Amino acid sequence: MSEPTGDLPKDLKYTKSHEWVRTLADSSIEVGITDHAQGALGDLVFVEVPEVGRTLSAGAACAVVESVKAASDIYSPVDGRVVASNAALATTPELVNQAPYTEGWLIRIAVDASAPPPALLDAAAYARYLAEETN
Amino acid sequence: MGLKTPLYDTHVQAGAKIVDFGGWDMPLHYGSQLEEHHAVRRDAGVFDVSHMASLDLEGARATEFLRILLANDVAKLRAPGKGLYSCLLKEDGGVLDDLIVYRMHDTRYRMVVNAGTRDKDLAWIRAHAAPYGVAVTERRDLAMLAVQGPEARAKTAALLPAETAARALALPVFSAADIGGWFVARTGYTGEDGFEIAMPAAEATTVWAALRAADVRPAGLGARDTLRLEAGLCLYGNDLDEAHDPLESGLAWTVAFDPPDRQFIGRAALERPRAAARAELVGLLLEDRGILRGHQVVSTDRGAGEITSGGFAPTLNRSIALARLPRGTGGEVRVDIRGKALAARVVKPPFVRHGKPLISTSTEISQ
Repeated sequence: MSEPTGDLPKDLKYTKSHEWVRTLADSSIEVGITDHAQGALGDLVFVEVPEVGRTLSAGAACAVVESVKAASDIYSPVDGRVVASNAALATTPELVNQAPYTEGWLIRIAVDASAPPPALLDAAAYARYLAEETN
Repeated sequence: MGLKTPLYDTHVQAGAKIVDFGGWDMPLHYGSQLEEHHAVRRDAGVFDVSHMASLDLEGARATEFLRILLANDVAKLRAPGKGLYSCLLKEDGGVLDDLIVYRMHDTRYRMVVNAGTRDKDLAWIRAHAAPYGVAVTERRDLAMLAVQGPEARAKTAALLPAETAARALALPVFSAADIGGWFVARTGYTGEDGFEIAMPAAEATTVWAALRAADVRPAGLGARDTLRLEAGLCLYGNDLDEAHDPLESGLAWTVAFDPPDRQFIGRAALERPRAAARAELVGLLLEDRGILRGHQVVSTDRGAGEITSGGFAPTLNRSIALARLPRGTGGEVRVDIRGKALAARVVKPPFVRHGKPLISTSTEISQ
């Protein structure tokens, strides 16, 4: 089940808590959980995302995903402010399982430009991290 | 590395996610727990339950012994093969385990107990059996499969020779028989019809493959848990434990107080008047969005309680729970989920039986 290399989108950045980060055209970011994370959680049945406008701190819990098995916190990769959340997940949380890097996105954040840039992993580094973690 | 059933390699080859359960390496799911759940509600699924312990109890005084050992009364079992669900109690009424016992013969019973409690159960049962001269044999030579769902019996019977198939299909609910070298029981833990079959361990992989070829879907412990929760069935260690008696665990119906002179272990404790009214186990339906989980605190107008098992109910597309609340609680309660007091309604389990919802979920979920 755990073959971390190969399918990781190269245009995304990753965290060690298994979120992915996509930088959008307006320099805001989109955040979701990785394929590895959704696989480990199992079928998702509930997603709780923060309200638009909420201020987030890098490394702090900002959303909750609940699978058939357990509830898990999602951590904000950056300091910033929520500009959008994925409303479709209220009725179809399984989008996170089915399309973790696209339709299963969780939130979009306007990054606080005054904060230090976050330490994120590129695809290769995240793949190595997954390989170490599963060994 | 935990204990392994004869089907362990089969599960791994099928892509199962393996987890520890009571010291055993067991399949949690084979890809999608939700699809496995629906397969059992709508068609048929098969669970490897070989981790559970089958015990044979034999002796001239076996009936007399079991009438003392168990809170339910095996004297109810008049027909051979008839099964009985019972708690195994300590003297103080705390639940050591819940189990099924089948009367196979006047002097021979088959008992199936939980994997996580097998060691203490065996020690307890053997210690109490000795004065009665009842021999207790653990059947580690057996594997056990649970085939469950509306099509489970027909699909299983199709694998058997005509004569044995007819005997299996003729089994009444909650009865068992030795059929073609198998111990076949019309029991389960899902709220659906089906069989639980104990067979020689060496046959397990062949039977599993035949069931798969008959489109019986492998299902893991994850689906087993959501199915039993929807069916309102207790899980030992969550809803039942040594700190609570059956009367505060929704299992008063399994305690046979008649006849009044049957002095089963724990009886005196259950009959002792208490200063405080006992708690009781009830069902909860979450009316807000979210997921109920074990150990969440429930606030009621009679005081606080706690969820013992909770989760997502795939058949209802809602979250449900079993909760131990002050006796007499009804109507609306609040559940603390991450600091928010969410609305839930007290309901009477089972939530789902034979594929059909038994509780009203027509109220809209508040957003």
